[in-house]
Amino acid sequence: MFGTTAAGVDLAQLKAAGPQGARPRRMTPARWGVYVFLILTALFFLAPLYVMIVTSLKPMEEIRQGNIIALPMALTFDAWAKAWSSACTGLNCNGIRVGFFNSVKILIPSVGVSILIGSLTGYALSFWRVRGANVLFAAMMIVAFIPYQIFIYPLVRVFSFLGMGQSLGTIVVVHTIFGLPTMTLLFRNYFASLPLELFKAARVDGAGFFQIYWSIMMPMSIPMIVVAVILQVTGIWNDFILGLVFAGRDNLPMTVQLNNIVNSTQGERAYNVDMAATMLTALVPLVVYFGSGRWFVRGIAAGAVKG
Amino acid sequence: MTDRSSVDIRNATIGFGAVKVLERLNLDIAQSEFLVLLGPSGCGKSTLLNAIAGLIDVTDGEIWIGGRNVTWEEPKDRGIAMVFQSYALYPRMSVRQNMSFGLKVAGTPQAEIDARVNEAAQMLKLTDLLDRKPAALSGGQRQRVAIGRALVRKVGVYLFDEPLSNLDAQLRAELRVEIKRLHARLGATMIYVTHDQIEALTLADRIAVMQGGVIQQLDSPQKIYREPLNRFVASFVGSPAMNFITGAIEPGAAGPVFVAGDLRAPLAGYRFRAAAPAGPAVLGIRPEHVLTGTGAGPGAVAATVEMVEPMGADTLVWCRLGSGLAFSLRAEAGFALKPGDGLPVSFPAEAVSLFDTGPGDRL
Repeated sequence: MFGTTAAGVDLAQLKAAGPQGARPRRMTPARWGVYVFLILTALFFLAPLYVMIVTSLKPMEEIRQGNIIALPMALTFDAWAKAWSSACTGLNCNGIRVGFFNSVKILIPSVGVSILIGSLTGYALSFWRVRGANVLFAAMMIVAFIPYQIFIYPLVRVFSFLGMGQSLGTIVVVHTIFGLPTMTLLFRNYFASLPLELFKAARVDGAGFFQIYWSIMMPMSIPMIVVAVILQVTGIWNDFILGLVFAGRDNLPMTVQLNNIVNSTQGERAYNVDMAATMLTALVPLVVYFGSGRWFVRGIAAGAVKG
Repeated sequence: MTDRSSVDIRNATIGFGAVKVLERLNLDIAQSEFLVLLGPSGCGKSTLLNAIAGLIDVTDGEIWIGGRNVTWEEPKDRGIAMVFQSYALYPRMSVRQNMSFGLKVAGTPQAEIDARVNEAAQMLKLTDLLDRKPAALSGGQRQRVAIGRALVRKVGVYLFDEPLSNLDAQLRAELRVEIKRLHARLGATMIYVTHDQIEALTLADRIAVMQGGVIQQLDSPQKIYREPLNRFVASFVGSPAMNFITGAIEPGAAGPVFVAGDLRAPLAGYRFRAAAPAGPAVLGIRPEHVLTGTGAGPGAVAATVEMVEPMGADTLVWCRLGSGLAFSLRAEAGFALKPGDGLPVSFPAEAVSLFDTGPGDRL
């Protein structure tokens, strides 16, 4: 019976005649079009990055010739060294590293505290029947979408009334406040996706509010914590105006320092140093994105699959 | 064990906003009893269990456990343990940590924790799995861990919220036996919520059949099965389901007779709850109680076989009476008739249930 059908037709002939087995993959014109579009778009967005890197690696003589696309003929890292340690912001010539360490000092407590409080609020809102929880949550949602520039002047007045001047503590408080709606939203939605029975089981086991939060919910939230860290690190690191207003002279973050370096140059603009300083400033969020991209996607999707 | 395990629900009302799930419900559960709350989804059985556990507050009434009014007490202080449908294991903890979490929270000494966890693990054959994470366990193993987590609490009352519903049929049967064995061994009170009437019949000392937040019948499995108090209980319990035939009760020379078309079933042996009423009624009979062939006796009526469903141990036969009434009957595995064949049947008065045509109460 194998090889021929009842009518005696060879199976090989049948195979040639009709569809059978794996579907052949063909490159249709539409598919070509999609690829071309994608490649062009990628080039379009990568071009500025390319120009920045190439420029930062050129000496000024080369830049003056105006070929911004050209690869450096005399490769040099001088601009990076100068940007890091000896570029001038006004009278100080200590480079952008001062700002880097200031940013780190602002970043670590701000990220930690905002995630801690945000997750705690989200936990309370999703598992405990807090009186007025829906009103509170709605208010947070609305506030999350109001441009925060509106709050700056009132906040300055409030802080001065409270006797909190510009300081590291103040900027951490400000970042925590502004991070809270997003963090709460993120964690509330994540917790809402967890089975309620888990919470019930923990209550029957005798765990209290903080025990359930810390021993049960937080260990389950690692994907969400990764997402929160990414959002907060990039947000706080890239912040300019809050740092400028609330951090105080001694704690100015890297972004402010960068602006000072780029804008306070006298005489010839040191494009290579500016580019290098900008790259250095952007490095932390870049590293966070590249290092955790997989986790980020996983965390975003975590709500959809069973824990 | 002293009286730390009786459960008494007095006039409990539970409502969410304007919707009242339970209203003035009373239920008295004796010490060491295995009580099953049986009903379709949305009947309030899980709500009642959660209220006993203290996970839902009653809006009115009292809950007593072990002779203590625990209406306002936290779940952990009620002397209960609970097993959930979704297992609700803590995913980041190992089996051992899952089982000891409650004891740790309560500040039990480590030696005592270890002893209790090992004992429960042995009882449930979990000893080899103690260091695994829940994700590395099968469904049946997970539910055993959840049961173990309840056991280590050594309480008087164990609550089960549809614990076997997420398991496949074979595991369900296995674990059902295990739960029954545990009950015999521990002598604790168990309250078990399910929508599966087989689980209810096999496990329970008493079954409370619920619908619409009201307990329809609270009785032993046998009574529930043989003498359902209304049509809801009759149709919900039993598989294959009870046959219902609408007709009328007529007085006859040898006692009342149930008449529907060409069917005349004498009711002499039927124990009416009140004097036999004449008039329209519904006759209910379970498929295995229908008498056939030579066993049907002289009062038999002719039926036609319509369909035959062999079920292995026995055969379910779908028949139709001359007047068009359809019903099913259970025959032995070797049932030889084919669709279209004739078959004399009769409905013995001792085995039938009669209901009124209105609310469906038992006559």
